[in-house]
Amino acid sequence: MDYKNIIAKFADVPGGMIEAFHAIQDEFSYLPEEAIIEAAKVFGVPAADAYGVATFYSYFSVKSRGKNIIRICESAPCHIAGADEVVAALERELGITMGNSTADGRFALEFAQCVGQCQATPVITVNSKPYFDVTPAKVVEIIAEYK
Amino acid sequence: MAEEMRIVLRNYGKIDPLKIDDYISLGGYNALKKACATDKTALIDDIKKSNLRGRGGAGFNCGMKWSFAAMAQADQKYVVCNADEGEPGTYKDRLIMENDPQTLLEGMAICAYAIGATKGYIYCRGEYPQVVKILNTAIAQAKEKGVLGDFDIEVRMGAGAYVCGEETALIESLEGNRGEPRYKPPYPPAQGLWQKPTIVNNVETFAAIPVIVEKGGEWFASIGAPSYPGTKVLTLTGDINNRTFFEVPTNTTIREVIYKLGGGIPSGKKFKAVQIGGTSGAFIPESQLDTPIAFDAMTAIDAALGSGAVFVLDETRDLVDVTTQIAKFFEHESCGKCAPCREGTMRMFDLMEKINDGEGSAQDVALLNKLGRVMSYSCLCGLGQAAPAPVLSTIKHFPADYNAKFA
Repeated sequence: MDYKNIIAKFADVPGGMIEAFHAIQDEFSYLPEEAIIEAAKVFGVPAADAYGVATFYSYFSVKSRGKNIIRICESAPCHIAGADEVVAALERELGITMGNSTADGRFALEFAQCVGQCQATPVITVNSKPYFDVTPAKVVEIIAEYK
Repeated sequence: MAEEMRIVLRNYGKIDPLKIDDYISLGGYNALKKACATDKTALIDDIKKSNLRGRGGAGFNCGMKWSFAAMAQADQKYVVCNADEGEPGTYKDRLIMENDPQTLLEGMAICAYAIGATKGYIYCRGEYPQVVKILNTAIAQAKEKGVLGDFDIEVRMGAGAYVCGEETALIESLEGNRGEPRYKPPYPPAQGLWQKPTIVNNVETFAAIPVIVEKGGEWFASIGAPSYPGTKVLTLTGDINNRTFFEVPTNTTIREVIYKLGGGIPSGKKFKAVQIGGTSGAFIPESQLDTPIAFDAMTAIDAALGSGAVFVLDETRDLVDVTTQIAKFFEHESCGKCAPCREGTMRMFDLMEKINDGEGSAQDVALLNKLGRVMSYSCLCGLGQAAPAPVLSTIKHFPADYNAKFA
């Protein structure tokens, strides 16, 4: 769907800019510059404010990124459970470093803070779906699900 | 002692969370009916009498908070549920919302009646999109049944900002802005969402309300520690045999939580430290394990109950390394509005990283102590004030870990 149509759906929602940004990201995986400017117009705020919102929240990206967003939790419970090894496995498997996307646009790799699934650390999420007790070996299987 | 007691998780595993009839068949919404047949002042007095204190970490008397919003005169008031559970190692609110969403709605509806609000919001963290779906289903079912009367509830999703757990930052985010905390006063019960009187309570706080209304304030006040009565849901992580959750009366000691409920440390290793309340909590040594997990008892040992996360570390763990990771967390999550937090969390991470990399000295530790003290009283909100706690407590209780790292 066109970003203008998405934003229009939230025009009458009080404080709806964040909801609109979520919906845009569901479609584009990031917030294109023209969508942020359009949101500023629709919600009646300066473009600087809309950009301020877009860059404040870590789940929003103003840079184009891969379609499947893999996040790895680096909070203390995951850290001591071996998150570093999982990070290394993800980087090796995808051939990119944390904070980047694969050249084919399939995957983005990001750090996350606690995702609230601490009963089974370390945890990664793919498009917000959590995977538990992740090991370097499991990383290969998880990525295969999305290839 | 050291027995589980389920109040907020009373329906856990007993009902299908997506079927409102299951909840109703176990007495659900009777408390709301009872509340609505009670005089508002008497209702709030009973909540005050229960001495229920906020389960999000600040521990403010819930009935007192409600009374401020009830007294405020306004054409519109709001009930907001803080479901922005971001404290690392914590997943209690998710448990409640995934397993018994109606109890949260009922607690919010009782609050709405008490203060005179017709509109409510649940601000659910962006990490829990599956919970948002459950909540929306629950709200649709409650509307269809007509159990909420004229009270309308809407779910809004956060987007990954730890600071939005602070109630005024949460309100800013609900308004569609950057989630930066406001200067206080005015407090939300006087001027909150869109400047209207607003009650912001944690999921666990709201979930306790229907039971308190049903059984009475005195009943609740008699459970656990008198100054912080009731139960607390704890989530156990780290080096612990039972990596799971428990709901216990608040006079249960940390030792009982770790060794009885938690089953002790795996592989026969020795205990080293426990961090309670999430990543902003202090690290507690063996000598303080007989402290009850009640708000004031924890404060008395310079620690905090916080969200109820229990993060256990065994003797092999390097506390400087763990604390460095925590300092990185705060550097990332500081919203940048006030200088002591924005600059302080950055300097704190720099110094911790320097020490962790083997390039630090006793002077750096002294500097961390001073920086931490200044931040704890000069930062604008709880994030910056609590951020130094892990650093200060590890320096105090575990100096050997720091000494071992000096160049």
